[in-house]
Amino acid sequence: MTSQVSSPAEKTDGALVGEQRAPGDGGEGKEVRRLDRVIIRFAGDSGDGMQLTGDRFTSETASFGNDLSTLPNFPAEIRAPAGTLPGVSSFQLHFADHDILTPGDAPNVLVAMNPAALKANIGDVPRGAEIIVNTDEFTKRPMAKVGYATSPLEDGSLEAYNVHPVPLTTLTIEALKEFGLSRKEAERSKNMFALGLLSWMYHRPTEGTEKFLRAKFAKKPDIAEANVTAFRAGWNFGETTEDFATSYEVAPATKAFPTGTYRNISGNLALSYGLVAASKQADLPLYLGSYPITPASDILHELSKHKNFGVRTFQAEDEIAGIGAALGAAFGGSLAVTTTSGPGVALKSETIGLAVSLELPLLIVDIQRGGPSTGLPTKTEQADLLQAMYGRNGEAPVPIVAPKTPADCFDAALDAARIALTYRTPVFLLSDGYLANGSEPWRIPEVDELPDLRVQFASGPNHELADGTEAFWPYKRDERTLARPWAIPGTPGLEHRIGGIEKQDGTGNISYDPANHDFMVRTRQAKIDGIEVPDLEVDDLSGEANTLVVGWGSTYGPITAAVRRVRGAGERIAQVHLRHLNPFPRNLGEVLRRYDKVVVPEMNLGQLSTLLRAKYLVDARSHTQVSGMPFKAEQLAEVLKEAIND
Amino acid sequence: MTETIPEEKPAQIEALSLVPKAEAKQSMKDFKSDQEVRWCPGCGDYAVLAAVQGFMPELGLAKENIVFVSGIGCSSRFPYYMNTYGMHSIHGRAPAIATGLASSRRDLSVWVVTGDGDALSIGGNHLIHALRRNVNLKILLFNNRIYGLTKGQYSPTSELGKITKSTPMGSLDAPFNPVSLALGAEASFVARTVDSDRKHLTSVLRAAAAHPGTALVEIYQNCNIFNDGAFEVLKDKDQALEAVIRLEHGEPIRFGAPAPDGLGSKGVVRDPATGDLKVIDVLEEGTDGVLVHDAHAASPTTAFALSRLADPETLHRTPIGVLRNVERPVYDTLMSDQLDSAVEQKGKGDLAALLAGNDTWTVVG
Repeated sequence: MTSQVSSPAEKTDGALVGEQRAPGDGGEGKEVRRLDRVIIRFAGDSGDGMQLTGDRFTSETASFGNDLSTLPNFPAEIRAPAGTLPGVSSFQLHFADHDILTPGDAPNVLVAMNPAALKANIGDVPRGAEIIVNTDEFTKRPMAKVGYATSPLEDGSLEAYNVHPVPLTTLTIEALKEFGLSRKEAERSKNMFALGLLSWMYHRPTEGTEKFLRAKFAKKPDIAEANVTAFRAGWNFGETTEDFATSYEVAPATKAFPTGTYRNISGNLALSYGLVAASKQADLPLYLGSYPITPASDILHELSKHKNFGVRTFQAEDEIAGIGAALGAAFGGSLAVTTTSGPGVALKSETIGLAVSLELPLLIVDIQRGGPSTGLPTKTEQADLLQAMYGRNGEAPVPIVAPKTPADCFDAALDAARIALTYRTPVFLLSDGYLANGSEPWRIPEVDELPDLRVQFASGPNHELADGTEAFWPYKRDERTLARPWAIPGTPGLEHRIGGIEKQDGTGNISYDPANHDFMVRTRQAKIDGIEVPDLEVDDLSGEANTLVVGWGSTYGPITAAVRRVRGAGERIAQVHLRHLNPFPRNLGEVLRRYDKVVVPEMNLGQLSTLLRAKYLVDARSHTQVSGMPFKAEQLAEVLKEAIND
Repeated sequence: MTETIPEEKPAQIEALSLVPKAEAKQSMKDFKSDQEVRWCPGCGDYAVLAAVQGFMPELGLAKENIVFVSGIGCSSRFPYYMNTYGMHSIHGRAPAIATGLASSRRDLSVWVVTGDGDALSIGGNHLIHALRRNVNLKILLFNNRIYGLTKGQYSPTSELGKITKSTPMGSLDAPFNPVSLALGAEASFVARTVDSDRKHLTSVLRAAAAHPGTALVEIYQNCNIFNDGAFEVLKDKDQALEAVIRLEHGEPIRFGAPAPDGLGSKGVVRDPATGDLKVIDVLEEGTDGVLVHDAHAASPTTAFALSRLADPETLHRTPIGVLRNVERPVYDTLMSDQLDSAVEQKGKGDLAALLAGNDTWTVVG
């Protein structure tokens, strides 16, 4: 999921999965096949450790050098009733020897730890795919719980798949019998057995996982060794048992990546690092005021670890206090941030309006999730765009920046900080659950290539009064940016008062004058409209496309993958992806008018297309999905083809 | 029954040790902004403003390091009239905003100005959490027992059954006692004073300013338009004898018409039967059991019991003065200490090392 624009030389993302390239050497009597890409989905109970298993496989895959993209998918309940459909947690990983853009539409391999996991996921699994099931769980009660009258392993309903029945629980307990653990304790390592098996199947390195387990259970060396043993037993099982006749190689994606040092990174981690980097580059202390909320809490957790960077994290009594404290810190000269999700934004709205009126820099990070109300806390959606754009009383414009991939959250955070600091304004950073929890390889930037975000605090008078005396006017603006001076407490001679009541232009004193209010409203709007954002670069290889697809935020991966499929099928299509939603890039209107047809796929009911239609009077066609899941490239490709040929 | 009460500490302003001092001597005028004061003529807020402006020079702090943060309401216009840094924020949120400022800037003296509606109704949550955290804030709660700026609805401190525009048949909700509430919220400093008693008001401000941590000062303030005379019983010299219990650290808690010893003829004692406080006539029962006020008592129970002596209807037996003044760890100091110990433990943050993490691979072109 590197952020490259596709070129004709590249293969489409629609290549047949599992395509055999060169039969490998069947060393040790087993066949090794080469694949260009694989999609694996681990599925089990919420308590089965599927997210951890997925994370470990991802780390191994990243360090091996494949390109990858992940999709964790879990219920909001911490431990839903065991063995039920609502309790199923899964982790999908797509890895390849080339540049890929999405976690993949459908898994080639499903690991189902119990009947519920099989039932919840089988619908997504294409015929011919491999399914590894934990047969120990396919007993009467667990099957009855999810409505299997007969065992799907025996009634022929899985005939179209390549099923590997493995008694994962029994094998794990057997492997750990010398540890003297209770059955229940031993059973817990079955996810590591499964991980070992899959690691063997796909030739993953294992040192990282063993190191990880020993560090994670450093205080319980017995448990650490039990997990390592289960992991190795899984590996050995794959190598020795006849049921697994073939293992697979997916070569490192050397050509997909520019030269550099890489790591795997999730969106929330990249965003956290972006904030720390912005603080460093601005030479301002970072202050986070936040209240825990899914899927944003990881940023609070992460930043709390970095106090040695001068980062202050304040877990507030509520969402309002979170942003309030951040705003107070901004007044004092910190790089201030509040992190939340949609319901939290609703509570923060009044304070965001205050920040608009005070014209202080403030980052509002919204990790969007399914709505309305509590909605789908652990699922993704892009339905807060209009809330960010308009969700305040009065005319209260706020710039909006949206990252497009997990790793891009780093750059987007720096960009949002640039706008906030330069223009003295609150800025929305709109990520979402898919970006937050998904991960991909990231080329680690050199610190000296990061942007310089340093600001000048006001240090002296900026205005001469009629009688010749010098004064400080808190609302006297920079002519180019329209930003007002940032004079922080502690600066002698610049004592001033600011507030949410309308203020007189220049002096900042309370003013109810009609003409002044009209002027101030228009000036605040003009400041946001005038923010410098780069022009859009259109990806239109042929230059002859008549259809343009416009996206924003996390749909970048699926849309770009769909565009590659469409082009692979010989069609022409142009693509733009918006990072800046407010203000829009200057050339957006001109770009939109260049094409006969404009398609706007979004994970909402058409919020960007509403904005585009209103602002540019173009006949934008909205394609929407609000399932809590990202678009599938194949389906999106069909939509685009239909539009092209309409 | 005798109690030994520790001496009042010398007025060492420990809370403000990190705030730079003024270079020259200041006067009240230095703290007046150029803005015209727009409260109603006769409003109690004028007296409080004058008292604060008059008291500030005594602190001797660089005025650029003083910040007043307010919410919404009549009293919340206060910052505009102070020639310091100031923010007139939104309804109820001043303690949260001030928390962010104070916890990120320990070189500032941060004051919150709020009212009974602002602090106890819409902003109640922020108030109790600021108190429990013990952030270095001085909160001046102007209590006029009415909503003034919205023109006269009952407030969370209005007496039960109050007839107002929104309660023509009388209010139905029991009032908060702000002092009791603050004590229940783990406040380390709680005081009450009255707008018209400048000397008392100033003495309370002095104690609040010296307190490291959150100081809550409830100021009974007259709204002469919508709730005139609400505190008359505390201000009228004759009635005040019975109505006001003046608390002084280390002094016996006596009030009422003077007894031959010059102190009040009534005393506050602990009722051995219930453990609660009660009022006795010292002329009849003697002074032996009369409590000596200990603002520094580790337990807040006596302070709480004192706060409950006041009758919410008549305001009789209203204690004023510093009810509680104890030291406990201050939030912003703790926060800052954590930053220091993180640097000690891990070294100063290295951005390149952070970004790289522990698990990287290299692609060579």
